[in-house]
Amino acid sequence: MHVEVDEPKCVSAGLCVMSAPDVFDQRDDDGVVILLDSDPDTALDEEVREAAGLCPAAAIRLVEK
Amino acid sequence: MAETQTDTADTAGGPGPEFPMPRAAGCPFAPPPALEELRDASPVAKVRIWDGSTPWFITGHAQQRAILTDPRLSNDDHIGDFPHVSAYRAQIAPHTPKLITNTDAPEHTRLRRMVNGPLLLKRVEKMRPAIQKIVDDLIDDMLAGPQPADLLTALALPVPSLVISELLGVRYEDHEFFQHNSSTALDRDVAPEVARAASAALSGYLDKLLTEKLASPGDDAMSEMAARVTAGEMTHTEAVHMGVAMLIAGHETTATMISLGTLALFQNPEQLELLRDSDDPKFVAGAVEELLRYLSIVHSGLRRVAREDIEIDGQLIRAGEGVVVEISAANWDTKAFPGADRLDLTRNARLHNAFGFGPHQCLGQSLARVELQVVYSTLYRRVPTLRLATAFDQLEFEESGTTYGVRSLPVTW
Ligand code: SF4
Repeated sequence: MHVEVDEPKCVSAGLCVMSAPDVFDQRDDDGVVILLDSDPDTALDEEVREAAGLCPAAAIRLVEK
Repeated sequence: MAETQTDTADTAGGPGPEFPMPRAAGCPFAPPPALEELRDASPVAKVRIWDGSTPWFITGHAQQRAILTDPRLSNDDHIGDFPHVSAYRAQIAPHTPKLITNTDAPEHTRLRRMVNGPLLLKRVEKMRPAIQKIVDDLIDDMLAGPQPADLLTALALPVPSLVISELLGVRYEDHEFFQHNSSTALDRDVAPEVARAASAALSGYLDKLLTEKLASPGDDAMSEMAARVTAGEMTHTEAVHMGVAMLIAGHETTATMISLGTLALFQNPEQLELLRDSDDPKFVAGAVEELLRYLSIVHSGLRRVAREDIEIDGQLIRAGEGVVVEISAANWDTKAFPGADRLDLTRNARLHNAFGFGPHQCLGQSLARVELQVVYSTLYRRVPTLRLATAFDQLEFEESGTTYGVRSLPVTW
């Protein structure tokens, strides 16, 4: 799975970090999403899918490989 | 069946039923039956609200998730037939400054990023030990006091006010003043002038606090806002307003989740037992999500307006038309949550809409989650015999506020 984030859309809700802490982080001052790993291990697929589903701003895009 | 279908067509195109709808007498937790019927028949329909206007009414879970992330949907209450929640809100809307609640991207994104630092997941997690101490101390006090106790005043209300005072950087000596005035300001049973005096005392306090933090900053939200004021990114008044907003927004909602949640667990003893016996933080976190879903306490509908035409579910919402999104209907939608009328702490309820959805989703949700996780994982474990001290049918429910809750919760142990 390939992961992309759309920074301008992000409203810093942090749900991605809650779901997949190995793939997403948040900038300290304004909480904008930081993509730690754009091609995470397949073992994390479920977490990443949940993160994308929970993101209230639709700021996470997944490209299935 | 044929008749039902005609009704459905009527509801979708015609003026529709009145909102809010009455709840059923029997179950205080369930959404109004008419609301659930409407959702199952036409998840995108129309309702009539207090001023006689007929905004669109979105009740299905999938439909809510779609429309709340649609950039053509607006929070700007100055445009079109914005469906205001009350006459009072309609009256003040033209005079309200631009806030995170009434703006759209990109202005909304900018404002939100300006104030959300202290509410970020990582920052809130660091507060967990302090929140645990607050909860433990309050339980100690309750146990040392007379029985029955009112869980609302013993725990549900003081938790959010002590937590927010910690977050904002209120000095310990001032805690009592702060907590007293915040509970008075939010108390529905005090005279309006008493509540007004208490809120004035609080804004005065936050104003003074900001001035102090400008001079000697600490590691707290008011100091952070002070830094933004110094940098010219925020005005002094905006920072004070934001402090007051944070104080108020997190209060009633968290308090209601604690008291109504406890009542729901009393009514579902086998679920209460699961929580009492678990020391797995993941289970507790999941249980909190399920309680958020099941209780759906914000029951007055999210208010929006269409900026452009939006087609959804075969219906055309025209530019300028109002939209009301009713959370409990989606959270009890069996298409998203099978057996939705059952409180089941083991289910995955994370896709609930209790905090709203879309870019305006609750700013304080991480803080609320940690507060609730700490309370729910501590209270029943420390007081295993905790139970209702009155007959269930003696309880009074609050239907008119922003949140739906119980007016008091007498408990004994
Ligand atoms: S969940 Fe979405 S909005 Fe929230 S921090 Fe992650 S990317 Fe941003």
